[in-house]
Amino acid sequence: MAKLITWILLIIGITVVSLNPTYASGHPIADAAELLKSKKFTDKYRAIELLEAEGSEQAEKILIALQESRLYYLKRDKKLIILAPDAEPLTATNALTHEDIGPIKKSAAKKISLNNRMRSQIRNVLAMMDLRNPLADKRLAAVNQMLDNPSAESATLIQTLLIDEQVPEIREAMEIVIALGKLTSGDKNERLTAVAVLDGNIHPAVRNGLRKLQQQTTDKAFAADIKQVLDNIQAKLQLYSLVENIFFGLSLGSVLVLAAIGLAITFGVMGVINMAHGELIMIGAYTTYVMQLLLPNDIGLSLLLSIPAAFVISGLVGIAIERGVIRFLYGRSLETLLATFGISLILQQTVRTIFSPLNRSVETPTWMSGSWEINSALSLTLNRLYIIAFCLLVFGVLYLVLKKSVLGLQVRAVSQNRAMARAMGVRSEWVDAMTFGLGSGIAGIAGVALSQLTNVGPNLGQAYIIDSFMVVVFGGVGNLWGTLVSGMGLGIANKFLEPWSGAVLAKILVLVFIILFIQKRPRGLFPQKGRAAEG
Amino acid sequence: MKKSYLKSSLISMAIALAGISNAQAAETIKVGILHSLSGTMAISETTLKDTMLMLIEEQNKKGGLLGKQLEPVVVDPASNWPLFAEKGRELLSQHKVAAIFGNWTSVSRKSVLPVVEELNGLLFYPVQYEGEESSKNVFYTGAAPNQQAIPAVDYLMNDIGVKRWVLAGTDYVYPRTTNKILEAYLKAKGVADKDIMINYTPFGHSDWQSIVSDIKKFGSTGVKTAVVSTINGDANVPFYKELGNQGLSAEDIPVVAFSVGEEELSGIDTKPLVGHLAAWNYFMSVDDEANSNFISEWKAFIKNDKRVTNDPMEAHYIGFNMWVKAVEKAGTTNSDAVQEAIIGVSVPNLTGGYSSMLPNHHVTKPVLIGEIQGNGQFEVVWQTSGLVAGDAWSDYLPGSKDIISDWRAPLSCGNYNVKTAKCSGQNYE
Repeated sequence: MAKLITWILLIIGITVVSLNPTYASGHPIADAAELLKSKKFTDKYRAIELLEAEGSEQAEKILIALQESRLYYLKRDKKLIILAPDAEPLTATNALTHEDIGPIKKSAAKKISLNNRMRSQIRNVLAMMDLRNPLADKRLAAVNQMLDNPSAESATLIQTLLIDEQVPEIREAMEIVIALGKLTSGDKNERLTAVAVLDGNIHPAVRNGLRKLQQQTTDKAFAADIKQVLDNIQAKLQLYSLVENIFFGLSLGSVLVLAAIGLAITFGVMGVINMAHGELIMIGAYTTYVMQLLLPNDIGLSLLLSIPAAFVISGLVGIAIERGVIRFLYGRSLETLLATFGISLILQQTVRTIFSPLNRSVETPTWMSGSWEINSALSLTLNRLYIIAFCLLVFGVLYLVLKKSVLGLQVRAVSQNRAMARAMGVRSEWVDAMTFGLGSGIAGIAGVALSQLTNVGPNLGQAYIIDSFMVVVFGGVGNLWGTLVSGMGLGIANKFLEPWSGAVLAKILVLVFIILFIQKRPRGLFPQKGRAAEG
Repeated sequence: MKKSYLKSSLISMAIALAGISNAQAAETIKVGILHSLSGTMAISETTLKDTMLMLIEEQNKKGGLLGKQLEPVVVDPASNWPLFAEKGRELLSQHKVAAIFGNWTSVSRKSVLPVVEELNGLLFYPVQYEGEESSKNVFYTGAAPNQQAIPAVDYLMNDIGVKRWVLAGTDYVYPRTTNKILEAYLKAKGVADKDIMINYTPFGHSDWQSIVSDIKKFGSTGVKTAVVSTINGDANVPFYKELGNQGLSAEDIPVVAFSVGEEELSGIDTKPLVGHLAAWNYFMSVDDEANSNFISEWKAFIKNDKRVTNDPMEAHYIGFNMWVKAVEKAGTTNSDAVQEAIIGVSVPNLTGGYSSMLPNHHVTKPVLIGEIQGNGQFEVVWQTSGLVAGDAWSDYLPGSKDIISDWRAPLSCGNYNVKTAKCSGQNYE
């Protein structure tokens, strides 16, 4: 009772305060607008209900703005406004009157905050409204939203809409919603036809509905029918989950290959144990960050430009390391290891001093976020797809450089027999520097890819150095194909072990396997053959 | 003759030198700051070092403490756990600091703890932790599990209606103990085994594809599912990114995190995270006068308008003020006197209330649940009606159910079993 009185008082209060020209006070939209400004979430839930009941285009506009966090109110006169999306400077329109307010300062307005309950409330309301939307994809999204929250109410609504629906895809989705509604029907025949319609559908709502029915029904033959349908669905799901696992494995593998392929050159071809390899990756990732600072309005372009920039910067740092330190230590692998480890610490602390120890945020361009949804059980994330493709591209280019270019020829000559190569007029020192620069540059490119997956921070490199060495050693030192096969293989093995053993144990198992493998075949998967390898 | 002259002059010089150093020591009170400024933990701990420097500067502006100026002594344990013990010893025996403010990870605290106990120092620990510890010389100003994890689970259960639970954590002591407590708590509330999924990942894990896909499958049974995350530090960013990319929004499966605060969010693109939750005792967005003063002081001190404040900073604010008050009350910085005086001391916190030091060396705090917003801040969606008293020994673990801690005389025990009426003296694991 007391609550009711407060409500009445509140509404009277609103009626007095509100000075809205189009919507008279007492109009649901005006009331909702007032309630939205309240600090209490219960008021806001009520506001959304009011807007839903009102159901006009204006109400929908307000709800969409609220969902996209574009609904504000002005601090000076408490007018509800909608900000235009991504406009610079900010422009706003009055949410109730459509009146243009023009450019405003962000500090002059306060955002209407929302929580998860409001978000899902709005999502459902908008889906209900969208069922009659003239655009086909909006209708389809709305019907799919109904699938997530099946109710008898939505099923009857969709039944009436089905008659006029022309698009076959939407009709199909609608029939599933209706069938789901009928699963709980009292008529046995209706239930049977519903189960038949749902056979082979892998949407989780279907599975849950059938499972519930299976537990409730007392009819044994019917229960067996349902079990058959569920088994069919399960078999399909297993197939998709296998495909998904292979995809996960390939994408982890491509990250490993990207991180390791630079090392395959410096360690594999030149025989330098470069502990600072991870930091060269990190420099590539920070280059992406800096490029983004330079081009803040075009994230996609800055990412593409980062690839050559990272190659050049990491490559130059690599050449500096080679000329400054490593060339004095050729043939003394222990000293090289210690010296490059020292360099890696210096590089880390330098980055900490310049960019602060905090992680830097690298944004993902919109064309790289989200996923390619094949069906409700299988969706492949876009950023991973791009990285697999990118990895293969880098591998291909590098392979061509080593096999077809003059530099590649000289690199191979020096790595096979330095003295003979020098006798033929190859400047072996210059080739050393170039090779090291090439490997380092590739590490920088890997950093660009990693900036899209993980944190850009001073410790980025450390996380990948062990894995990189593992891939190169397993694949066979000095063999690019070996690196590709071993990276992809380890990725897939890891992903198939993970669901069964957990992430921690999977890593350990892979490591143990490699140690045992190296005992049997010390030269890795694809050992180098010939006299050069014996030396 | 000459020799004895030399001898006596040397002695007098030594006395004079000693006198000078004594005089200098008497002028200031030294405060030790034991936070990593390099290595993996520098990302979180550098901020706390700066917070302490700011608090000490403020106190000195107000005239210092007991008429003396405070002098910060900063050492760098470099994220190297055994080094924490060495640096702690250096602070206490070489610099003779009156109190140490420091540590982030539990393992570093466990490393320095025997040193602090041996030398009878004072350590203020500002980070939320797994509990199951109460030392005579340590004051825990961060949250115990019952001040963060348990209220968060209550919120999800009662307000959101969550029935299936994913407990995801990084593989080390804090997540393992917290999840053990949470699992026992959920089971006590009638949650079945099959509705709890527990998952551990290594430090800095970056490939979350399979785990997120598993969570998606686990959450697709039509029953409301939530993730309780004790995932630490860096690993959070790729985790949330993967959630976003695989299309799991906060409305479908909310994630409530115990280690993600404003500072961590400042390094992330927060768009895919909007709506996910965090449980803390403080948020920068809390509308309170003391808080807005603290924020503007912080921004002025660090000379950067974009810097954020976070929960462990508030814990240092509370801990430092409690220590100041206790020293004033005791009239000395003597460790035993301060230990006695600080129990019951009550200071304002930054969320509009007071926090007091309890006999078990934990503090009272409100618990807030916030939703991540697009600007990297949290919007408070729920909070406890009053203050929650920190519980050193969890009531939900069979081993520690009957154990209490009370450092007041005559009990003076960190591990007292009320059933057997015995003090085990084992104050930490």
